[in-house]
Amino acid sequence: MTDTPAPRHIPDRLDKPFTSAMFSWEALLVAVAVAIFAVNSFASPYFLDAWSLSDLTFNFTEKALIALAMALLIISGEIDLSVAAIIALASTMMGMAVQAGAGTPVLVAIGIVVGLGCGAFNGLLVTRLGLPSIVVTIGTMSLFRGIAFIVLGDQAYKGYPPSFAFFGQGYVWWVVSFELTLFLVAAVVCWFLLHRTSFGRRVFAIGNNPVAAQFSGVRVDRIKFILFCLTGLMAGIASVLITSRLGSTRPSIAQGYELEVITMVVLGGVSILGGAGSIVGVVLAAFIMGLVTFGLGLLNVPGIVMSIFIGLLLIIVIALPIVWRRVRRERFT
Amino acid sequence: MRTFLKYREVWLLAAIVVLIGLISMRFPGFAAPANLRQVFNDTSILMILALGQMVVILTRSIDLSMASNLCFTGMVVAMLNAAHPAIPIPLLIVIALLVGLVLGAINGFLVWRLNIPSIVVTLGTLTIYRGATFVISGGAWVNADQMSTDFIGLQRAAFLGIPVLSWIAILVIALFFLLMTRTALGRSIYAIGVNPTASVYAGIDVGRTKFIVFCISGMIGGLCGYLWISRYVIASVEVANGYELNIIAACVIGGISIAGGIGSVGGAVLGALFLGITSNALPVINISPFWQMAISGSAIILAVVLNARGERRQGRIILKKAEAA
Repeated sequence: MTDTPAPRHIPDRLDKPFTSAMFSWEALLVAVAVAIFAVNSFASPYFLDAWSLSDLTFNFTEKALIALAMALLIISGEIDLSVAAIIALASTMMGMAVQAGAGTPVLVAIGIVVGLGCGAFNGLLVTRLGLPSIVVTIGTMSLFRGIAFIVLGDQAYKGYPPSFAFFGQGYVWWVVSFELTLFLVAAVVCWFLLHRTSFGRRVFAIGNNPVAAQFSGVRVDRIKFILFCLTGLMAGIASVLITSRLGSTRPSIAQGYELEVITMVVLGGVSILGGAGSIVGVVLAAFIMGLVTFGLGLLNVPGIVMSIFIGLLLIIVIALPIVWRRVRRERFT
Repeated sequence: MRTFLKYREVWLLAAIVVLIGLISMRFPGFAAPANLRQVFNDTSILMILALGQMVVILTRSIDLSMASNLCFTGMVVAMLNAAHPAIPIPLLIVIALLVGLVLGAINGFLVWRLNIPSIVVTLGTLTIYRGATFVISGGAWVNADQMSTDFIGLQRAAFLGIPVLSWIAILVIALFFLLMTRTALGRSIYAIGVNPTASVYAGIDVGRTKFIVFCISGMIGGLCGYLWISRYVIASVEVANGYELNIIAACVIGGISIAGGIGSVGGAVLGALFLGITSNALPVINISPFWQMAISGSAIILAVVLNARGERRQGRIILKKAEAA
């Protein structure tokens, strides 16, 4: 966003469909995922087991849900750093409702509405006042989490009703959890929205050139506003899932998630400068991050060391095509 | 007078004076020179960090890894000090600067040579540097009793009645002021932020300048690693967790445009002071510190709104003096 745009890869006319598919971003991600999967299954005897693989999905579904919406937002050239704070605020509001004796349907509604409201607030600030989203959402990030801190102080809300636990702990069919099912459904919906509708086409158009999009009759501000609302909504849903899984609310809930979500999106091949990316890539990146953290967890690697691997993975995967292209160009020209 | 009022720094300074005035109405001791000196000292590290971040933001980049760099370097010097108390402190500071420089150079190299957007590079190194801190320390802490008295005492020592930490901040501010207003590098940094393409045609090596800028922010991160650890006398993996956003917040409040090219040393310093005063004043006037995040969040949003208006009216800083004349 703030950088000078890197030259985009325009496919060579001589590239055959098969070779271009082979060198596509998604192919690279599949290769990385398979490699990590293979290493994991050799490294730990506990890895290849239906329940263990099902547990794996809990590592990333909540963040990946937000990453789906964030991918659309980043493709349109904006960013939302406040998603983790939205989770905290929505969770706090749900906690307040529980203290007032609210039932499960009300709690879910509150989570979703608060998420949507926070997203709309971000969207209004960015589109109405024409402010850069990276700064606005750094501000709202402090603001939303600040409110959670004011309400909660150093306390925690507990006492969620038993039926509420289904969202974060329940299984829909055998080992398939509700979280995973929701994520897969959301992924299909987002894929359809981005790659098969005129709305998605406009999102790409805005990311590539907002001014040109505006002059082509695209309502840039309205679409950006919708995308901020969508990201807020997903954060609200994620808040329901996390709160249900943990069964408690603390003001420090979901701390640092925003960076993990963005890492997922960027690893998934979405250009941070906007205008390029795919949902398939983001889904693959989510699985890769889940596999890495879960596999290293089985090997008793501490969480903070896992973050080294995620960071390295991010930089290497992004750098690989650039180095590859440079090497090829030097050899053939 | 009217040209004077055009400067954002004047408004920011006024806001700070009003803030101090309001606080002293509730708590008269706050505006006492001794207390203000204390507030300045408490804010010194944030000011230094904000200056390092400023030069990066001015070139349309961002350094999210600064707090992790601080944490890593702080751990390195703390462990060195704990293992070999004989190493003189000036040498340790040089080591801190060098370690920070190396970490910054890694960021800069990836941005320069591989053309990866800085937000992606530093998002990656943010987690890598903090993870590396865990690797070198094994997750253990370095406590106050393991550090030598010189290590802890240097920045507390008073010189002309002002702690050394404040003097270091003043020195860094002066150096950055010279860098941004009196050197070709400073000019290039502004030029790149205003228009990278035009800078290339003007003969500025954009990539190399960005590399240098990341080296500067890395060295600042390293310096603050030592200052932070010796101030709070504990080195752990958790040091300055999430602080990168406070640093950027100080810059934003100080009127540095995230789109590059606009901002000044005075702005960054005042932005950091504003954040420092709010956090210092809350307990004094009996407001729970839990309010702090919400207040700084509101301040950021307000500052961005004002910035957006100011930018439209003022134009880029490089033309400001010419315009006023």
